[in-house]
Amino acid sequence: MREKLTYALGILGTLVMLFNLNTIFGDLPDEAMQGTIFRIIFIHVPAAINADIFLFAALCASVAFLAKKNFLYDSISVACIEVATMLLLLNLVTGSIWGRNQWGIWWAWDLRMTSQLMCFLLYLGYLLVRPAIAEPTQRATMSAFISIFAFADVPLVLMAIRLPNVKTQHPGPVLETGNLAPVYQGPFALGILALFLLGTALVLVRLHQETSRREIDSLRRELHSF
Amino acid sequence: MRAGFAAAFAIARKDLQTELRTRESLTASLSFSLVILVLFSFAFDLGREELYAISGGLLWLVYSFAGALIVNRSFARELPNDCLDVLVSSPAPGWAIFLGKTVAAFFLLLIVELVSLPFFGLFYNISWWQSPGTLLLVIFLATWGIAVVGVAFSAVTVNIRLRELMLPVLLYPMLIPLLLGAIGTTTALFTRDPEALKSMGSSIQLMIVFNLIYTSLSLYIVEFILIV
Amino acid sequence: MHAVEAENVWKYFGDYPALRGASLQVNKGACLALLGRNGAGKTTLLRILANLSRPGKGEVRLLGLASHTPEARRRIGYLGHGIGVYDDLSAVENLILFGQLLNLDNPRETALNALERVGLSRVKDGLAREFSRGMRQRLAVARAFLHDPELLILDEPFTSLDDRAVAVLQKLLQDAQSRGATIIMSTHQIREAMELATDVALLERGKVAFAGPQTVVMLADPGWLYRNHGAPE
Repeated sequence: MREKLTYALGILGTLVMLFNLNTIFGDLPDEAMQGTIFRIIFIHVPAAINADIFLFAALCASVAFLAKKNFLYDSISVACIEVATMLLLLNLVTGSIWGRNQWGIWWAWDLRMTSQLMCFLLYLGYLLVRPAIAEPTQRATMSAFISIFAFADVPLVLMAIRLPNVKTQHPGPVLETGNLAPVYQGPFALGILALFLLGTALVLVRLHQETSRREIDSLRRELHSF
Repeated sequence: MRAGFAAAFAIARKDLQTELRTRESLTASLSFSLVILVLFSFAFDLGREELYAISGGLLWLVYSFAGALIVNRSFARELPNDCLDVLVSSPAPGWAIFLGKTVAAFFLLLIVELVSLPFFGLFYNISWWQSPGTLLLVIFLATWGIAVVGVAFSAVTVNIRLRELMLPVLLYPMLIPLLLGAIGTTTALFTRDPEALKSMGSSIQLMIVFNLIYTSLSLYIVEFILIV
Repeated sequence: MHAVEAENVWKYFGDYPALRGASLQVNKGACLALLGRNGAGKTTLLRILANLSRPGKGEVRLLGLASHTPEARRRIGYLGHGIGVYDDLSAVENLILFGQLLNLDNPRETALNALERVGLSRVKDGLAREFSRGMRQRLAVARAFLHDPELLILDEPFTSLDDRAVAVLQKLLQDAQSRGATIIMSTHQIREAMELATDVALLERGKVAFAGPQTVVMLADPGWLYRNHGAPE
């Protein structure tokens, strides 16, 4: 059942992505100011939005683990964080490419870029520490703790980058200002959907792997304990 | 509640007492911060203006490096003879153990900071004493933040392989908002730039919010980490 | 009311159950020897009783109180594998610290009395790191017995003790028994435990396979319990 769902989501996500890419490259007109490169926004922004969705899911799963001690929640948490970290990386890389094209530099210590990079580093720490903890219950508990602490940092990072001594270069968010032309809105929404479907499929794959890993670990203990 | 605070006080006193007796992390941290100060002076060859512009960042980099060394020992100090088991099985609640250790780490880090501050002024020829009250407030706020988050992660990493390496990997990204606030205010206090001085309020606010969030979160959650 | 009531306690390490529904009742004033092979779950069960570990399922009550409450913890004494004293504090400072954690009225006086009982008052101001192994062990024993606990949880207390420390521990255990305290201790050395034990429990693969009063046949034949109630090899 789970396997079928994974495949279904994966295939559906791929189809939406392909359809969307076709529209983006085939049908959409170039943007007046930026030319061709503006099309990266249909990957760049959906990646960031989906990363936030998966990180929030991981936070909920982490709190649920501490409350319920059910390892399913720990697996959800790590799967979501892995996918979210990958999406953050995608967001950073596409942003960097766009910046090189438009600003002539790969990287600027701009407030949005800095905050995304910090977010990426926070969760990278989570993924690095996890394998260092050998005992599964301890690993899950400590991971839940780190996940909660890391998520609490996100609003603080957003606050910190608004300090007067931090400079900005990034264009304003089109979603907040609402001046995304109607012709772009469809591909934009499909971009979010495609990455969400693909991300969820990956989460399901990782969930399955984590469950198997726990079973193997417990069988090994059973075998070696008496 | 009162018994908890008494226990926290006893644990803080114990940590300070043993540390002042052995001076393990204190000397290591202090000499490390002096070495970094010297290294930075070789690394950057700066004019007076530029030096003042980065002075806050310089100072807080040194302090956060020193802080990692201090908090690393916090829970590690309980490992020999399984002392942590005795603390946890005692009636002292988890938050009291955490609070006691954080207070101790705060004072140890404060000692390191206040001793290395004159050296910083001396090496870089920076007049840091112009508004001592505000500077002390900034140092208190940021040091408490480093101590809280650091001791919390010291509890998380106490039983894992490569503890000394893992702690900074987790700690520094988490501290960035706090350090940004501290760096901004400290630079403003050193340069006396009127514009920067005026906008100091938001940085101090940020540090207070950071401390409130992480102090309450840690006190609430630490019981789950200590008793797995 | 029982001094220790463990109801269907499960403890998981990941998916692996180290305790599989262990249930145990210990009467007030009893001295229970907890036996079992390596990996049977003795230490895991005792750590749950001492509130160092949370059971995955099941309930533990000590002296009629939930095991995690400060009131319950104030009335238990725990001695684990490590000696649990700080090397850089003196003997008396160590005990005063634990007295403060226990919220005793007069930690200093209690500490000095406890040192007297284990024969360390002469060296009360010596740092624990300067002590010989045997002295450190006696200090650990003094710490566990500091507040005359009503329930003592001892994890293999006789392992690696020297003769004098064994004598001190046995004396303190007898005293505790005579004032009505309950003792629960895990042990490999069935003979040593049998001298004090009034009750015996056998853990097998995370379950209590046998629990009952100690009998003459166990004293005479240490292997009897394993042959009759243990799992086959």
